[in-house]
Amino acid sequence: MSNLNAPRVRIPRQVRAGETFEIRTLIEHPMETGLRQEAGRTVPRDILTRMVVRVNGELALEAALHNGTAANPFHVFYLKLDRSSDIEFTWTDERGREARHSARVLVA
Amino acid sequence: MIYIRSMLDTPARRGFLTGALALIATPWPALAQDDALAGAIRAAIGDTPVQDGGITLRTPPVAENGGQVPLTVLVDSPQTAERHVTAIHVLASRNPTPGIADFRLTPVMARAEVQTRIRLAEEQRIIVLARFNDGTVRRASAEIRVTTGGCLT
Repeated sequence: MSNLNAPRVRIPRQVRAGETFEIRTLIEHPMETGLRQEAGRTVPRDILTRMVVRVNGELALEAALHNGTAANPFHVFYLKLDRSSDIEFTWTDERGREARHSARVLVA
Repeated sequence: MIYIRSMLDTPARRGFLTGALALIATPWPALAQDDALAGAIRAAIGDTPVQDGGITLRTPPVAENGGQVPLTVLVDSPQTAERHVTAIHVLASRNPTPGIADFRLTPVMARAEVQTRIRLAEEQRIIVLARFNDGTVRRASAEIRVTTGGCLT
């Protein structure tokens, strides 16, 4: 079981209490459907199926990704915090590979 | 009786039956996709009645590259403990498989908005279903034309 390449996450280091802020995530993954032919052969299925975002251990967003999600899954979403928080990101694919990212966001 | 059974069992008869079944089992691809879409909608929301509207879908009307089509879903709802969106389901009407993504949301999010990038094999309709914490479901859809299909197959 190997790990996925490090994802790229854009998240502010500091926000105001209650302020809505944006998070952008990008992870390299082929998202092969297993339906595609290349030189007469089927390219084996390889799908990133899950992204989970937690704030101080509490679930914020969970994504189940299917064939229709583009290669190198990219997501943008919005959080707000009332105190300084630890944000944890986890990605998992069907082969059991995983990537993690964590960020501390300070509330001024 | 034996005579009839033996007639039904002749290779020619079986061949005819197999052919007839194949005709029934292989409808137009579009019909198969409609069935798959209906199944995916049922899997996402069961038999919950849906109300149209209350969701903003941002997509390009024409996607040059079907392999990377930006999509923004913004549900018109607060995201508070009392009233929030619990799930957003994104489905495609004419991809080889209808599933794009299912998002589970909580009030930890600031608003019921998710942006992603999807792939589309051909011109088709994107269907988005949003479930609220009171169990109700809203729906929106958008037609997207595709210049070069995304390589799903």
